[in-house]
Amino acid sequence: MHVVTFTRSTPDTAAKVWVNDAGEVSWGDVATVVNPWDEYSLEETIAQAKSGGGASTVIAVGSELHNDALKHSIAMGVSTALRVDEAGIDMNDSLVWSALAAGAIRKLGDVDLIIFGKESIDVGTDQHSCQLARRLGWPMLSYVSRIITADYAEGAIKVEKMLEQGKQIVSAKLPAVISVMKGINEPRYPNFLGIRKAAKAQIPVWSAADLEVDPPAAATTALRYFNPPAREVSTEIIDGADVAAKTASLADRLLGEKVL
Amino acid sequence: MSVFAWIETVDGAVVSSGWEAVGAAQSIAEALGVDTTAIIFGANSAQLSAAAERFGVASAIISDAEELSQYRLETYAALLSKLVDERQPAAVVAVATSRGRELLASAAADTECGLISELVDLRVEGDAIIGTRPAYAGKVLMEMKSNTPTAFVTVRGRAFPAPASKAANITVESVAPATIPARLHTDVEDLAAEIGSANLADAAIIVSGGRGMASNPADAPAGLNGEAANIWKAKDGFANTLKPLADVLGAAIGASRAAVDAGYIPYEHQVGQTGKVVTPDLYIACGISGAIQHQAGMRGSKIIVAINKDADAPIFKLARYGIVGDLYDILPALTLALKKRLR
Repeated sequence: MHVVTFTRSTPDTAAKVWVNDAGEVSWGDVATVVNPWDEYSLEETIAQAKSGGGASTVIAVGSELHNDALKHSIAMGVSTALRVDEAGIDMNDSLVWSALAAGAIRKLGDVDLIIFGKESIDVGTDQHSCQLARRLGWPMLSYVSRIITADYAEGAIKVEKMLEQGKQIVSAKLPAVISVMKGINEPRYPNFLGIRKAAKAQIPVWSAADLEVDPPAAATTALRYFNPPAREVSTEIIDGADVAAKTASLADRLLGEKVL
Repeated sequence: MSVFAWIETVDGAVVSSGWEAVGAAQSIAEALGVDTTAIIFGANSAQLSAAAERFGVASAIISDAEELSQYRLETYAALLSKLVDERQPAAVVAVATSRGRELLASAAADTECGLISELVDLRVEGDAIIGTRPAYAGKVLMEMKSNTPTAFVTVRGRAFPAPASKAANITVESVAPATIPARLHTDVEDLAAEIGSANLADAAIIVSGGRGMASNPADAPAGLNGEAANIWKAKDGFANTLKPLADVLGAAIGASRAAVDAGYIPYEHQVGQTGKVVTPDLYIACGISGAIQHQAGMRGSKIIVAINKDADAPIFKLARYGIVGDLYDILPALTLALKKRLR
């Protein structure tokens, strides 16, 4: 059996991110990390490949920036990494991304399960996973908080999903695409051997031509990035003789704001 | 030509943010000079289309077939994609809930149409629909345009108001479900509602706790020491100090990543970059220092109140009102003060 996961390099969650004078998104010289949601999908990929006695592959669709995330994935314990290059392709659209991703999955040929992190914190969307599933014609199980059973011989998976109204148990046939939530597992830290393996790893690069994919024209265009308006807030630190006086005064102000 | 608004339902009732899709769809439809069509699948959809009429919706396409009675991505996406192929709407709008996001992403892929997601604002220029959406967890904003004849649009909950009441004479059309390949069939068991689970995305008021929840003066049971004692104290604080305030306000309960990672409260409550992004009218941060990850999830709140022992905590810079002090002194007094005023 074969489990595949997709990842990206993103600025660290603690990094300051802004739009510079040239209108480009910048995070200064802060190093990128593996997309924080992908820590969980990587861990789940390694665990599923181990329990199913199969192989694991991590794929990044994009520029060389994402090699760092691929190396981190190998250091964690994913067996193979590869990158689909975006050179010459307008990647500002999830349908273009998913066309290339689907090409990579078809080229691998034997994939049973694709595991995504809930979303990518840079573009802030989770549409890539669903669109890949549709392109492949596979079932999609989003927001998985627990894999209850995954039977690769029978080709069946049963999961618990996290929805606004509570948790729901859903079963589907494999191959399938799932996206996993934080809390599904405890992601491991790369160990010394893993880090050495990652340092030496050569990451194959596939082009759209290698995948026999003719990328579609971008269905969306990013027109511009801009900094959110500064939050204009004058903070009032509420003082008073004692706790009762302070809280009474806060309660009165909240009533005055008409937010209660 | 019209603008589709998908109305999300659970067990035959519209979810709390469901009509916001109509509000956003109408703003596009009015700019384009076309009508809004409510798309309602599942149990009770005929009755719900009557409710859509009250919001001035000109037409509804419904399907209440047995196989659509409960939401399933594959059956819903197949029918929505078929309707888009047949009718070529100018746009398809849904609220960016768990189901709204996956449904529109899937149907956009089926029909090779552009999807602009999680919009907080939108405008129409000529025929083009241009949306403003957060990226990098709201640290920056971007404008996106769809290039296809039909634009798929998801809007953040609470970013667009539910529509005002308006007279209309709705035309309701009932359609048959679309068939799906056998390998896409999923089995869904009943939804198990979490007891006390917070629907943070919809909440008008959120009371959140952070690492400071562990400074509970209550004594942990004998035998619990160190981190185990802190976890007990924080859990006790969420249940017996923070929740009473939330109950008085009808608020949902949130938490910082630090509180979730320390095991004080389940992940469903996490607000921030790797949790939920929320935009309530009132956000009360208790014992939360205000790390940049947390700010990314709550800085869009209308009024922020910070309660923290540390007068230098970054959360005070975002807050409209702050009280410097121990949350375990302040919350019970605040609960009492609000109870008196809201009685």
